[in-house]
Amino acid sequence: MDGFLGRYRNLSVLVIVIMAQLVLLAVQVKNNQDVRLIRVWAVTAMTPLARVLEGIRANTFGVAGEYWQLLEVRSENRTMKVDLDRLKLENQYLKEELATAKRVEAMASFVQRNPSKTIGARIIGAGSGMNSKVVFIDRGSTSGVLKGMPVITPDGIVGKVTASYPVGAQVMLITDPTFACGVVSDKSRIHGTVRGQGNNQLLVDYIQNEQQVAVGEVFYTSGDDRIFPKGLPVGPVRVARQGKLFKEIYLAPTAFEKGLEEVLVVLEGVHQQIPDLLPGAGTGPEAKPLAPPPSESVPTPVDATPQQKPDQKLSTDADKLLEKYRSIGEQQGVRYGNPGRVPNFNAPPPVVKPPAPKTETPPAAPVVPPN
Amino acid sequence: MPLPEYSEANFVEGRRRKSSSSSFRPIVFFLVPLFSVLLDIFLPRFIESARTLEFPLLITIYFSLMKRQPIAGIAIGATIGLMQDSLSQQPLGMFGIVKTLVGYFAASVSLRFDLNNPALRFMLCNFFFVFHQFFYWVMVRALLGQATNINGMDELVRSLLNSAVALPLFLALDKLREDES
Repeated sequence: MDGFLGRYRNLSVLVIVIMAQLVLLAVQVKNNQDVRLIRVWAVTAMTPLARVLEGIRANTFGVAGEYWQLLEVRSENRTMKVDLDRLKLENQYLKEELATAKRVEAMASFVQRNPSKTIGARIIGAGSGMNSKVVFIDRGSTSGVLKGMPVITPDGIVGKVTASYPVGAQVMLITDPTFACGVVSDKSRIHGTVRGQGNNQLLVDYIQNEQQVAVGEVFYTSGDDRIFPKGLPVGPVRVARQGKLFKEIYLAPTAFEKGLEEVLVVLEGVHQQIPDLLPGAGTGPEAKPLAPPPSESVPTPVDATPQQKPDQKLSTDADKLLEKYRSIGEQQGVRYGNPGRVPNFNAPPPVVKPPAPKTETPPAAPVVPPN
Repeated sequence: MPLPEYSEANFVEGRRRKSSSSSFRPIVFFLVPLFSVLLDIFLPRFIESARTLEFPLLITIYFSLMKRQPIAGIAIGATIGLMQDSLSQQPLGMFGIVKTLVGYFAASVSLRFDLNNPALRFMLCNFFFVFHQFFYWVMVRALLGQATNINGMDELVRSLLNSAVALPLFLALDKLREDES
């Protein structure tokens, strides 16, 4: 036996160890009990090492992990800052786009409403010089823009084209000291000439001191200058006081209130009605809204004034006077303009039919004078 | 191709190299297996894919191969296997028996090979891993009566992966060898 074990020592040991473990296994399976002692030894041997390992991990890998996390946070922060800057730019761009869209929408609405033939243009630059009151627009003669054409916005008149080039045009603003155009007030229908002052105010000239003009009253173009069609807003009265020869009336141009970016060049002007005074309008400097010209009014081309049809509404005071004298002459059997008997113009005028609903009538509502 | 010159000195040297066993400090014999079992239960806490690695088996193979003594292989395999059993939910002896067999056979075959060759180490690791998995599966089915399935392709991939990990691990453990006797 000893010889066998000695000869097959390795195999014998293997068999013994395997058998021992099989017995151990069998006992556990049969009794359904664990050999707790071996497990206690194993866990006792393992626990200190595991604790050390966990400590090393927590103090090295944990710190390293936090360091990496910090680096990631830093990188993420940098990325987010870049994203934020990009989003800010995008936001600004979208705001600009939105504002442009609103302006274009307002302008399109105005163009639809306005009987004059217009073309949209964008302001691309200002004139050189500190006191320059001219701007350049991106529409020129190839687009039909010619010298002398009025430039407007839905808010009011801007100026007139002073030079036209193939792809651009120079526009003199209404604030230029050499600018002038005819205006009429919406409340008292007083005619005057508005002049630029080189600043942000316009002076309405040639109005007698006896005329009553209230602060807040809005002036519109009268069409007398044959440049601007009648009925375009110019601005409300900011200052109205007695002058040496004429009244000193200063307007705040409404076209510049929202800044100038897009404008309309009037290619073919058509006169419009002066809007009636809005309730609440003209109550002071805060009065902002301007009544849009009524769309149902019959437009009158600027250049077509002599060819007006008899049933067409007259627009200027001279036209009204002419019509009055013609009717007096017809009443007395005298044809106006023919040589011969002169009609008695002091005779009472014929009974005139009540005016159309949209004729120029004095305002019904009293205007509260400013403080 | 000329044959190497035969001499008694060359023959003795060859026999000596083949039969030489590596020696390690006792602390290495104690800590490395412990550490391998520890890694086996510690790493999967943080790296789920670490369950694929069988560090106790690799350590069993390494020490058995290096000692070149079947009885030492049996002792190493049985100790590491029982330790692994102790930390598992299965009855003691399952890993013990399998790793005892692995240790014995690894020590037995090591007498015939030059174990410093990485390719040979890779192949032996591959073989013993498959051997270990197969016998473990047989024992689970035969002794515990549990119907577990084994996926041949998965086990092959795992064996290749463990063999790949074994190469640098064995090189690192070579540094702990004291001398050759």
